[in-house]
Amino acid sequence: MFDRSSLGQLPNGAGVGYKPQHFSDIEADAGTVRWLEIHAENYMGDGGRPLAQLRHLRESFPISVHGVGLSIGGEGSLDKDHLARLKNLVRWIEPASFSEHLAWSTHDSHFFNDLLPLPYTDQTLERVCDHIDQVQSTVGQQMLLENPSSYLAFAESTWEEPAFMAEIAKRTGCGLLLDVNNVFISATNLHYSPQAYIDAYKLDCVGEIHLGGHDEDEDDHGHPLLIDSHGCEVVDPVWALLDYTLAQSGSKPLLIEWDTDVPEWSVLRQEASRATAALNQFQLAAQ
Amino acid sequence: MTQTNASHTVAVSQAEFTAAMRDARLDIPAGLIDAEHHPAGRRFSVYRNNVAVSLREALHTGFPIIAKLLGPQNMDGLAGIFLRAHPPKSPLMMHYGDEFPEFLANMQQLSHLGYLPDIARLELALRRSYHAKDVAPLAPEALAQLSADELMEAKFELAPAAMVLNSLWPIYDIWRINTQDDAPKPTNTAQDVLIVRNGFDPVPHLLPVGGVAFFNALQRGECLSDANNAANKETPEFDLGATLTLMISGNALTKIKGLHP
Repeated sequence: MFDRSSLGQLPNGAGVGYKPQHFSDIEADAGTVRWLEIHAENYMGDGGRPLAQLRHLRESFPISVHGVGLSIGGEGSLDKDHLARLKNLVRWIEPASFSEHLAWSTHDSHFFNDLLPLPYTDQTLERVCDHIDQVQSTVGQQMLLENPSSYLAFAESTWEEPAFMAEIAKRTGCGLLLDVNNVFISATNLHYSPQAYIDAYKLDCVGEIHLGGHDEDEDDHGHPLLIDSHGCEVVDPVWALLDYTLAQSGSKPLLIEWDTDVPEWSVLRQEASRATAALNQFQLAAQ
Repeated sequence: MTQTNASHTVAVSQAEFTAAMRDARLDIPAGLIDAEHHPAGRRFSVYRNNVAVSLREALHTGFPIIAKLLGPQNMDGLAGIFLRAHPPKSPLMMHYGDEFPEFLANMQQLSHLGYLPDIARLELALRRSYHAKDVAPLAPEALAQLSADELMEAKFELAPAAMVLNSLWPIYDIWRINTQDDAPKPTNTAQDVLIVRNGFDPVPHLLPVGGVAFFNALQRGECLSDANNAANKETPEFDLGATLTLMISGNALTKIKGLHP
């Protein structure tokens, strides 16, 4: 089905989402950062600075390739050109991990540049599994599937998200990526317990954990509406949910995502230190 | 956890979802709900907003000079119209905006700023050059080894990052005054531009008249002499020496493909 695994290859330490403006700073002082994640689509040009930087970084850091444009949850068939580009990138980088989202972003050949939600039904389950089979067999590496941040629900859904994702992992052999910030957002927005979600998540399939910042808004009824932004620090309740998760999952590779209003390297490095401390604290407690 | 209740469900297709996302006048699909089974309402607007903001930002990033010339508010307004008419067709956002020059050319309100479409073409070309394949330039010795006759008969491969643009507007001057301090005011002349990349940052250079015809002839595989003739046919003022020097110093030549014929 696929030759390379994406589980257990990244170090159980802190990583950050790589931004080109941090290239020299990372060279100078990476702090506790032990691995880097890139958005696959930013490295699909033919050459120039992006590929040169990546060629250099992969000598020093394990790389995680994180796709944001494959539209695995799309009703239509996968974009074969895009899949081929992804395959070329993965063959070149030989990443420690390769991941994508439980979401869609393309419809009728239009790309929306956002991660859009899908209902969880037997029908969408089959479609997502077919797409993941196709991705893994084409790219040649196991994929980790990331849980989305939800702002609304589908009346037609018959599966709960953790069970839906566990079933996908079981049928396709893919691993899972657990975004703890997304769990916190979705649980707040859809009024369920984030701890119960973690309890139900198939943690032994998790190859990577994401942490990031979110914005706060309100819905039409004055209820809190959290919006995934990756534009600020991780908030304390999300760090607490991380601790809750690590106590059950054991050590995992932890990624800090910061994609908008990208701060100076020192700020991101500090967030990574906090992630490292969370892992260390857990490891000490486990001894 | 989210309550699931299949007894009175309304399926939402991705066609309905995208239609409502792209046009705020349409009803939000009834099958989208909150935790209390109320209609999704504002929650759906998060997606509308995310898509609009991310595409608008992509245009600001991809066309910084156009954004500067128009001002942020006008650029936002134009971007809003553009992205509804031309949503991306590929997840490669690095190339988004191919239709933007033509779109600007067709905007009646902008007809007094006739140079905008060519500046947008210049910005698109700079982006393509930035992401173009790296190819080692021609070694200086390779040219020095040719006799004068051989040189004129030589055919060349050009660097993927090298590009030319012709314009009836002073696009080089407009580019310069918007990117450099103390640049002179644009002159009232037509200007052609050669974009080259020494290293990783593409830079436009003012190209002598006839230079575009010369570059294009070389790219078609014609020898130096034939390319020179093509440029001279366009303008007798064509300066072969200056154009070739500019191309060589910009690493635009990568290989001698052979001698004519």
